[in-house]
Amino acid sequence: MNMPPDIAGQAYKGRTASIGFAHGPFVRVEAAATDGRAVGTPPDEEHALRAALASAGRQVAALAEAAGGEAAQILEFQVALLEDEEFLEPTFAAIRDGTSADAAWTSALAEQIADYNSAVDEYLQARSSDLADLRDRVLRTLRGGDSETLKIPGGAVICADDLPPSRFLEIDWSDGGGLALLRGSPASHVAMLARARGIPMVVQLGAVSTGAASAILDGEGATLELDPSSERVGLFERRRELHRKNRASARAILRRPAASWKGEKIRLLINIQQVQDINHSDAQYADGIGLMRTEFLLAEKAELPDEDTQYAAYDTVLRWAGNRTVTIRTFDAGGDKPVSGFTEDGEANPFLGVRGLRLCLRHSEIFSVQLRALARAAVRGNLKVMFPMVTTPDELEAGRALFVEAVGRLQSQGIDAVLPPLGIMVEVPAAALTIDRFKAAFFSIGSNDLAQYVTACDRSNGALAALIDPLHPAVLDLIGRVVEFGTRSGVAVSLCGDMAGDPRCVPALLSQGLRELSINPSALAHIKRTIDELGREGRRE
Amino acid sequence: MLETRKANGEVITGNVKLIHAAGMHARPAVKLTKLAKKFQAQISVRASATAEWINAKSVSKIMTLRAARDSIMEFKASGEDAEAAVAALVDLIAADFPDTDP
Repeated sequence: MNMPPDIAGQAYKGRTASIGFAHGPFVRVEAAATDGRAVGTPPDEEHALRAALASAGRQVAALAEAAGGEAAQILEFQVALLEDEEFLEPTFAAIRDGTSADAAWTSALAEQIADYNSAVDEYLQARSSDLADLRDRVLRTLRGGDSETLKIPGGAVICADDLPPSRFLEIDWSDGGGLALLRGSPASHVAMLARARGIPMVVQLGAVSTGAASAILDGEGATLELDPSSERVGLFERRRELHRKNRASARAILRRPAASWKGEKIRLLINIQQVQDINHSDAQYADGIGLMRTEFLLAEKAELPDEDTQYAAYDTVLRWAGNRTVTIRTFDAGGDKPVSGFTEDGEANPFLGVRGLRLCLRHSEIFSVQLRALARAAVRGNLKVMFPMVTTPDELEAGRALFVEAVGRLQSQGIDAVLPPLGIMVEVPAAALTIDRFKAAFFSIGSNDLAQYVTACDRSNGALAALIDPLHPAVLDLIGRVVEFGTRSGVAVSLCGDMAGDPRCVPALLSQGLRELSINPSALAHIKRTIDELGREGRRE
Repeated sequence: MLETRKANGEVITGNVKLIHAAGMHARPAVKLTKLAKKFQAQISVRASATAEWINAKSVSKIMTLRAARDSIMEFKASGEDAEAAVAALVDLIAADFPDTDP
């Protein structure tokens, strides 16, 4: 959407996908360049395409190797396609009939992409973007210059319709820069990569003018400005400097004792997505780990992870934490996190489908492996385990029964194991409304899903961004109920959704009685300072 | 569920139920074609008795099967190592993408 014209000549507002600031040359990246190349004889063309395919194969394989993990798996499919003679044959047939290499390749791929797009299955539809990525890579290689990205100057604000992960990975971000997408989503793979690299990224900008020499991208305010006046640049630089100073002073706060508010200690824990996240420079200042997600284990390899692999991951985190608590959440697959070989396929409404604990209870063999690894890890440190997406007490008890059984089996095999304290995520309104019926050791409020289910808004749907407000009184009311029950019955309650890391939401959470928040390591400093300041304001009143 | 038999001389056939919950998607398809390519034999596959046979070494063709969970995957192979190839592919589907429903 365009901002009012008095703000700047060309300014656009989108959604934040990664916070940060960039000012640099404006580079529009098109899906595929159309500049022609000299067309040779059919044998020349075949040779040119073979060379481009081989080069593209090496590029994708190198990217996969460098990226590892999930990104590597995404790319492996492309490598397999490049080695598939049947896939390539229609292109070569067209070349032998006199079509140029790029036209033959484009037309063959267009047919394949249309085929995938017409699939009923959403997963197959999504594969069409892999094919488009491959099509564009081969075309770029074919049209000279191994990669168009070599022409992108350092520190540029790169604007594209959308950007596949492979393109992001091959751009040189060492001089900074930023990413402005006309479409895209904060939940995309690219957004995850941008946040990990600290590259500012704004998505859903709508239509953006193609011609501009320079741009400023404000990942905090989610704005893009083209050819800004020196006055606008001055304002931007001040915002950037303020952001930098805020971060620096917030980091100094980290070293001070725990945050407190109205004389009460507020425990700040961290959420981690994978083991490496404990290496974040601020993680050491956390009071513990409030949420260790385990879905990364499902994404790493083609096979589901075995017990020892899982145990090693849990053990590493527990050893790092020492005496501090570590709350590990069992697999939360399904919804927007499909896992081949595990999650249900073709659900019309995956967010309301077989996900989280529901899925684990239906796949008790997979679940039991995780429970065994957790029971073994529990003897190694201060471990707590929670189940996601719990609706009724029966589900908690069914999960507990499997856990007890796993512990019993391990012990009878002479393996050290113990049942850790068992809690639940509170994210289904039905659970929040009947919280007194759950015999859990602790509750962890998952505010992202809770807000999504309470407001009936798909949280991946950008059009509903304003409506899915975590500060909606209905959401706050449910949070308050859970905290109230926890306080009354002596069951610890924490909150681990995005709102805990959002300074705007923190006052409301503290007012609802929450004294334990779990946030991303990068938000630790900012939130600690926010609480500090709220405490000071409170004292002045 | 899993059977291999040597039929009319050189053609080896085998079939196996696709119990992989997600069906024949990109990840299993890549694994299947990678394994098939390790054999010299010509290997064909289809996901229903009436469908056309397709090349088991082509990941794009495997994806066009759109084979859903519970499809019967049929293999036929000819060539020196045909028997080993069919056995390995049947094993791959039966063992490597296990259905985990109780």
